[in-house]
Amino acid sequence: MTGRPADDEPILRIDNLHKRFGQTEVLRGVSFDVHAGEVLCVIGPSGSGKSTLLRCINFLEEPTAGTIYVDGEMMGHRVEGGRLVGLRATELAMQRVHIGMVFQSFNLFGHLTALQNVIEAPIMVKKEPRAEVEKLATALLDRVGLAHKAHCYPAQLSGGQQQRVAIARALAMRPKLMLFDEPTSALDPEIVGEVLQVIQALAIDGTTMIVVTHEMGFAREVSHRVIFMDEGVIVESGPPNDVLVNPSHVRTRQFLARITAPVTRAGAEGTT
Amino acid sequence: MVGSLTLRPESPSLDLRKWGTCNLDLRSGSSRPATCIVNGPSASTRADVPAPSTGTATAEPSAARLPGANALERPVGRRQWRLPGRGDLPRLVRKPARWTLLAVVLVLLAMLGHLLATSSSLQWGVVGHWFVNGGILAGLVRTLYLTALAMTIGIVGGTVLALMRLSKSAVLSLAATAYIWFFRGTPLLVQILFWYNIAAFVPRISIGVPFGPTLISGSTNALVTTLVAATLGLGLNEAAYMSEIVRAGIMSVDARQTEAATALGMTKRLAFRRIVFPQAMRFIIPPTGNQTISMLKGTSLVSVISLPELLYSVQLVYARTFQTIPLLVVACLWYLVVTTVLSVGQHFVERHFGRGESRKRSASFMERMRARQFDQILS
Ligand SMILES: Nc1ncnc2c1ncn2[C@@H]1O[C@H](COP(=O)(O)OP(=O)(O)OP(=O)(O)O)[C@@H](O)[C@H]1O
Ligand SMILES: [Mg+2]
Repeated sequence: MTGRPADDEPILRIDNLHKRFGQTEVLRGVSFDVHAGEVLCVIGPSGSGKSTLLRCINFLEEPTAGTIYVDGEMMGHRVEGGRLVGLRATELAMQRVHIGMVFQSFNLFGHLTALQNVIEAPIMVKKEPRAEVEKLATALLDRVGLAHKAHCYPAQLSGGQQQRVAIARALAMRPKLMLFDEPTSALDPEIVGEVLQVIQALAIDGTTMIVVTHEMGFAREVSHRVIFMDEGVIVESGPPNDVLVNPSHVRTRQFLARITAPVTRAGAEGTT
Repeated sequence: MVGSLTLRPESPSLDLRKWGTCNLDLRSGSSRPATCIVNGPSASTRADVPAPSTGTATAEPSAARLPGANALERPVGRRQWRLPGRGDLPRLVRKPARWTLLAVVLVLLAMLGHLLATSSSLQWGVVGHWFVNGGILAGLVRTLYLTALAMTIGIVGGTVLALMRLSKSAVLSLAATAYIWFFRGTPLLVQILFWYNIAAFVPRISIGVPFGPTLISGSTNALVTTLVAATLGLGLNEAAYMSEIVRAGIMSVDARQTEAATALGMTKRLAFRRIVFPQAMRFIIPPTGNQTISMLKGTSLVSVISLPELLYSVQLVYARTFQTIPLLVVACLWYLVVTTVLSVGQHFVERHFGRGESRKRSASFMERMRARQFDQILS
């Protein structure tokens, strides 16, 4: 794997992020940076707030407190006369263009073919010319190994193929940052590999990404940094060999012990 | 999962002895109606499982209620339903209930055919003459455009009402609810009569600033002609029903579709227009087709306000010629012709909006018609 990218202005800066749903505080002060080309894996037990963290980054959920900067630009707010003002819906939508998101459940648009799924947002949101977008989309589908399925509807594709189309759809917006929320959790074990390979190829190409995953082998192999979250806070963060192999925190050790079996399975797979 | 259901022979009405074992499709969580394949010793026949009231089914409760299953959903590889042939004669003896019923139906059909062919009041020559009469055809055209106008108002109004009901604004939502409550709660015939007599209620209609100066003003009677009253009566009533159809369609699209669109930078409005609504159409189209067919026939109600649509046109004729039955037959034939054309059109529209719905090619029109017929025969 390539070495750590140089320390410059981070692509993503999260500062003291809080999120509460009613009485439950799901995120309780999360701060970290992600630099260009960096691959960050987020691990942690169920309910620790990993999905909520990703959904706050692109404002699918509005944070209760804290600030998020994407490429130096504050998400969801603007400073006006020394005060924070909420952005209008259209402005917020334009900010989301820079953040690609891949969901656990794929969420492809059911009435559109694979190719139409990929070209929809660049044409309708970024107003790019159709011919250009189609060329890019075809190249992206080829990159995820699905050029031959361009005219299939999602219902005609396997889970792994759907997820790869979803990745191409997010990439077509040329985002500065990609968010993956357990991209392989809904897949049968034997097709997890085809999706992880695509993500790994993106990582090697220098795509900046945050991947929430339970695939420890993938995390160790591909990421530059691993964050272990529990109960809404970052418990431990560092290079994969520290966090995953020699964790310094007892909660991390307990969590890893509980999912030992997946480490060996996915580890063998990640080396391919 | 395939469960096994044994039907015991002590059924009161049907002899189930030869029905043998019934394989039930019990895939839990599946919304598809389960089908039941009955493998008899001499023939393979598909039938809906008898209602629990027969007291013979020993299936799980979840399988007890089996809706009229669509014959197209038969699991592949099973033997298909077919009409009886030469070799099936012994079945006559084995299934007395079914064959008795069939005999009764055939006799009734023969009697009906005889009546139609020989009845003196049903003068086919008269029917033929008026079927293509100019006045009747003009009435048919009025029926058609009344249907089109009323359905347009119904669909547009229904969509607006559905959006109002789904909106976050409590006032809009309540207003839509009140509208639907009123228009579904009063008879359509009363509503039509009300619009026809609106002038007695609101003598003048003015356009201007509400509670302020008037710009244009006219007498209600001049503005609300019979046609306008009929269109408003049918259309506004239809909007109440359409709104429930549209709302159900929109709500059946997974919220994660909107989420994915939002994450791609679409605004709520764009996501609705490009992602949610086209998928909601799949749920909206079939009931809208049914509403259109109902509307076609419902337009005959406006004969009460003397609008010469199809029914009133034939009434005008038979009031003069006293050929009541032949002229009512003319009306029926025309309604049947248009309904049939609409059904065929509905099929193609449904197929268009159902694209991407399943792995298989959608059933052809003939396949579907055949399946429907067999469902009807069997249920
Ligand atoms: N919209 C919501 N309303 C109320 N509570 C929510 C909402 N979304 C998430 N939560 C709660 O926030 C907590 C964290 O949820 P989150 O989905 O972020 O966990 P996670 O770490 O992604 O878990 P998993 O590994 O199971 O996906 C959970 O307790 C969940 O019940
Ligand atoms: Mg999650």
